[in-house]
Amino acid sequence: MNLNLSEEQLALKETLSRFVAKDYSFKTRHDIIHSEAGISATHWAQFAELGLLALPFAEEHGGLGGTAVDTMLVMEAIGAGLMVEPYLATVVLAGGLVQGAGTEAQKNAVLPNIADGSLRMAFAHYEPGSRYEISQVAMRAERQADGYVLNGVKTFVLHGAQAAKLVVSAQDGAGLSLFIVDAEAEGVGVRDYVTQDNLRAAEISFSGVKIGADALLGASGEAQSAIERALDVANAALCAEAVGAMDALNQATLEYLKARKQFGVAIGSFQALQHRMVDMFTAVTQARSMAILASIRVASGTAEERQWACAAAKVLVSESARLVGQQAVQLHGGMGVTDELSVSHYFKRLTCICASFGDADYHLDYVSSRLLAA
Amino acid sequence: MNLDPNETEQAFRTEVRAFVEQSLPEDIRQTVLNGRELGKDHYLRWQRILHQRGWGAPGWPKAFGGTGWSALQKHIFDEETTTGGAPGQVAFGLNMVAPVIMAFGTPDQQQRFLPRILTGEDWWCQGYSEPGSGSDLASLKMRAELSPDGTHYVLNGQKTWNTLGQHADWIFCLVRTNTEGRQQAGISFVLVDMKSPGITVRPIIMLDGGHEINDVFFDNVTVPVGNRIGEENKGWSYAKFLLGHERTGLALIGQSKRTLKRLKAIARLERANGKPLIEDQRFRDRIARAEIDLTALDITMMRLLSVDEAKPLGPEVSMLKIRGTEILQVLTELTMQACGHAALASLPQALKPGWEGVPIGHIYTPPVAGWYFNMRKLSIFGGSNEIQKNIISQMILGL
Repeated sequence: MNLNLSEEQLALKETLSRFVAKDYSFKTRHDIIHSEAGISATHWAQFAELGLLALPFAEEHGGLGGTAVDTMLVMEAIGAGLMVEPYLATVVLAGGLVQGAGTEAQKNAVLPNIADGSLRMAFAHYEPGSRYEISQVAMRAERQADGYVLNGVKTFVLHGAQAAKLVVSAQDGAGLSLFIVDAEAEGVGVRDYVTQDNLRAAEISFSGVKIGADALLGASGEAQSAIERALDVANAALCAEAVGAMDALNQATLEYLKARKQFGVAIGSFQALQHRMVDMFTAVTQARSMAILASIRVASGTAEERQWACAAAKVLVSESARLVGQQAVQLHGGMGVTDELSVSHYFKRLTCICASFGDADYHLDYVSSRLLAA
Repeated sequence: MNLDPNETEQAFRTEVRAFVEQSLPEDIRQTVLNGRELGKDHYLRWQRILHQRGWGAPGWPKAFGGTGWSALQKHIFDEETTTGGAPGQVAFGLNMVAPVIMAFGTPDQQQRFLPRILTGEDWWCQGYSEPGSGSDLASLKMRAELSPDGTHYVLNGQKTWNTLGQHADWIFCLVRTNTEGRQQAGISFVLVDMKSPGITVRPIIMLDGGHEINDVFFDNVTVPVGNRIGEENKGWSYAKFLLGHERTGLALIGQSKRTLKRLKAIARLERANGKPLIEDQRFRDRIARAEIDLTALDITMMRLLSVDEAKPLGPEVSMLKIRGTEILQVLTELTMQACGHAALASLPQALKPGWEGVPIGHIYTPPVAGWYFNMRKLSIFGGSNEIQKNIISQMILGL
């Protein structure tokens, strides 16, 4: 048992903190989120230079062979810096699916391009009405002589409009399957929108989209477990991002408590506020433990261990994020509800993380159902 | 990072588990696991068995006859003995006064007291709180006046919330030796023979009907000056040192794991709506929530133990105490809830070791309400959880 970071991981963490401090200020972020693209090509290129986009992929596909614990460190920095670039969508979700289920040809066509920053991807899975259910997919992939025809609508495709290729789930007669689809293909309609936390997501419609037989990702009809895994990995990553955001938010709140004076004293001298700050600090400590557990189980656990850990982590991290987010706003008083400070932006990001890829109730249902097993 | 035990850790865990299975007397195991009342004899027998194995003092360095174990080994030992149904070792001697004697006592005091703690020959209790001094411990008033010839102190006053003093041979006390200046600067740390004339122990019966705490009255009790630890009026710094030691065990992870396991078993046996209670989603969710919290605490403990095994834990242990006590409190509350009406029956006789009567409910039912009631103490003793928050606020957050 050892829960210390390795030398390399400590160095990565240091590099990431410096990157956030030097290149991703709150002002920089402000300009990015108000730009038309909604993400920064310059910063994406820097991600590539730092090796972040290659991190989880195998070396033979242009990757660095990192583990989920390394991804955890990147996601923590993304949380601390409130970075809006499509790391989760491209590297963790789509890249992870291709790495896990792809043929050698598919991996070679996709992963090196993700790693060098030239290809952004997204995962189009959820549908209107499916809420968080993984298996509720209505989209059809009809088998033709030379491939498939896709028909259906996908929603909450994180960074869907910023992606050149999409991994799409659909029923192909044999069951749930995955396909790699060109975002520019004829019949693909993309409606880009801004999310409450200033990320981008899209609603994507597929009307008679023709794709080749080689677009199938993994075995036909057997995508359920690959999707489960991908969403577990995504949730582990989101937990880490939330921990990074909560850490930064707690730091900002602590500084505010020390600096802000009322009744002639720093408001941090009031016990009611001190104890709440301690609760927030404790919440992040516990949340970090669960984010670590989820990452470790993603990296090396059985499917059962991984599913339990990711679900349990999402429950506890969501509850912590709610506490820390709401109370950071409260402790900042009027300043907490302005757009001007980063506080409200952290709060909104945390809120969106809680509602993404299954909320606390959804994941608690899983952890709870496992109690029924002997 | 990895959570899997390495070979040494796994071998150690297996060794402790096997030892508990083989060496813990069955009657003690049954008494603990069935929530019966533990007597002095239960504790002493187990302490002697551990001592014979060389494990009498898991927290001590080898030089004093301890195991010299790392923090992680101690944690594993605690978890395995607890989940295996062993009674906790009485902490007052082993983990509280002994570290103070080792750090600040004279070689003579170390020779005199430590070996008898290890064997269990001396049972120690604590004299800290007073009726007017709870969380504000430094305001304590019990006087210790030096005799004119300088050979002994004369103690007058009252200590309270004294745990298991009815069994004790010795009590370590914080006493006031100076009434001027800062109140912390007038406190001394003395060791008092419980057989001294002038000591009266009066039981305080707790809400669950149990007798585990006392008032202890001191009426002109004579204590040789040689029983003072360290310097006169420096007792507060020794006490603070001790509080750090006391808190490390208060994460109560072993106890919570044992309680969670029992709760799950009870929820399978109890029935609701014609089905096992575990199938009631509302109740099952509560168990799941507690299990998640306990998992997080367990990993947090592992993280702290990973940082530097040799280093004693810092103020972060206050956080372990807060969460650990809250979680065990929830688990005992859920256990009572699981038993429904049957939990409401009060059958004190059913809590005696060896009782073989017919319970109301099931064999596991009689102690559950008492556990819940009794465990409310957890967030109050050992420095209340509010005091722990003050400590975190000051020492970690700098507020």
